[in-house]
Amino acid sequence: MRRGSWRSALWLVLGAGYFLVPLLATAQFSLKVTRESYGLDAYRRILADPLFRESLLFSFRLAVYTIVLALALLVPTAYWVHLKLPRLRPAIEFLSVLPFVVPPIVLVVGLLRGFRWTPNWFYGGYLILVAGYVVLAFPYAYRALDAGLRALDIHTLTEAAQSLGANWTTVLLRVIIPNLRTALLSAAFLTLAIVMGEFTMGVLMQFTTFAVYINYVGETQATGAAALSLISFGITWLAMLGILLVGRRIGGRQVQIGGTH
Amino acid sequence: MRAPLRRRSLAWLGVIPFFLYAVGFLLYPSASLVAGAFQDEEGNLTLSLVRDLLTRGARQAFWTSIKISLVTAVLGGLFGLLMAHAAVSRGMPRWVRTVLTTFSGVAANFAGVPLAFAFVSTLGITGIVTQFLKDSVEIDLYGSGFSLYTFFGLSLVYLYFQIPLMILVITPALDGLRHEWQEAAANLGASPAQYWRHVALPVLLPSLLGAAVLLFGNSFGAYATAAALTSGQLPLVTVLIGQVKTGNVISDPHFGDALALGMVVILTVTMGLYALLQRRAARWQR
Repeated sequence: MRRGSWRSALWLVLGAGYFLVPLLATAQFSLKVTRESYGLDAYRRILADPLFRESLLFSFRLAVYTIVLALALLVPTAYWVHLKLPRLRPAIEFLSVLPFVVPPIVLVVGLLRGFRWTPNWFYGGYLILVAGYVVLAFPYAYRALDAGLRALDIHTLTEAAQSLGANWTTVLLRVIIPNLRTALLSAAFLTLAIVMGEFTMGVLMQFTTFAVYINYVGETQATGAAALSLISFGITWLAMLGILLVGRRIGGRQVQIGGTH
Repeated sequence: MRAPLRRRSLAWLGVIPFFLYAVGFLLYPSASLVAGAFQDEEGNLTLSLVRDLLTRGARQAFWTSIKISLVTAVLGGLFGLLMAHAAVSRGMPRWVRTVLTTFSGVAANFAGVPLAFAFVSTLGITGIVTQFLKDSVEIDLYGSGFSLYTFFGLSLVYLYFQIPLMILVITPALDGLRHEWQEAAANLGASPAQYWRHVALPVLLPSLLGAAVLLFGNSFGAYATAAALTSGQLPLVTVLIGQVKTGNVISDPHFGDALALGMVVILTVTMGLYALLQRRAARWQR
């Protein structure tokens, strides 16, 4: 028993080293000015770059659109399937895991091929990017909502609301959604983390998303890229912390799984 | 008889928006890959692009992608399992597990371009660790053959998101192992090794294989990390698609479609395997 827990601790320490050293090294690297001296030059340069603010805000805007569209599509569907069409659940779940089989690079090639005939306001604008991001968000958002709905007695809630005279819109907006807020926030934070770090679809559609900007900076200045990587890690960390906090405050099951690479 | 029929047909309407969206922005683009892969730039039907998949460059790209996915799935699976097992083992305080799963949630999502630059800052030619080893311990990493921009280096970076994903998917399965089983085995005179060989591993095996398949797909589809780290020097399928599609390599853009289609075929087979293993895992857990 003793020997076992000593070995367990060793694995955890080794793992912690592997995961923490790159983060600490990135922090130190981002503060490098010359070989010997340290300072905040890299951060100052980035903050002075208008493209930094632009790309960050652009990615944030994409994230907000993606969250709104994904939730508007998934919340009524997930609720309806739980309530009325439980036999359809495997089909919906299958569609929700399909993005694992169609990774971002394949999806973006398919979108660019399939929608070439569409007008320029769609094909040339960022709407097609949002359309793709919604698909990327499906599995994560759906799992979060599914877990939330499983924890609720939606049949009783729906019947109670209806017997008091509520119509479907009222049931959904004033009964189901308030009860689902942990799941909704989890889904939103996960989607935020995914979109804020997304590179593949952005670069192939020739948009300067935040990750595309980081890559662009990395081609010319290494310390700037390190600083931006740290900022990006901070954003992911905040999003995950958000999930943890809403989960703890309101109670309910936590949902997380990997993102896009 | 009539009323329930009509109500049922109305209930179906509720999921139509979602299905339309999925068909429009997931199935239709995937299907147009098939069309794109069998056409040349003039729109004539051709098999030449599919034949191009068998050329040396494309074959090598698929092989490298499969190899790195296998290596990081096996190693990521192994280290992830060891860490998850260490965190849920009985002697460990509860907070270790909370910290580990929370951090895994972040690390599994922290990938792509920032991850690549984090490793460049650490183990690149002028990276902090590289410099430290050179100046303080007099180990010259790059002089002794190591490079971050190789198959080995990229595998090391991929493990940064593979291990956390393994920890996230395997922890619930490890929770399914009951302490009573270990005690029962011990009471019957089994050594810890025998307990693992004859009890724990057979129960865990379907979940382990399922997780490994998930990790395989996770790294097979990865593009951003490799693109940012190696600037296309390491020929992965995803990197090759990126080069064809951004015009960095002179080639028929339809060739990118054929490559993407090849990826879908491989991932579909992988996913089929996953579904099969999941079904077996569910049977064991009953």
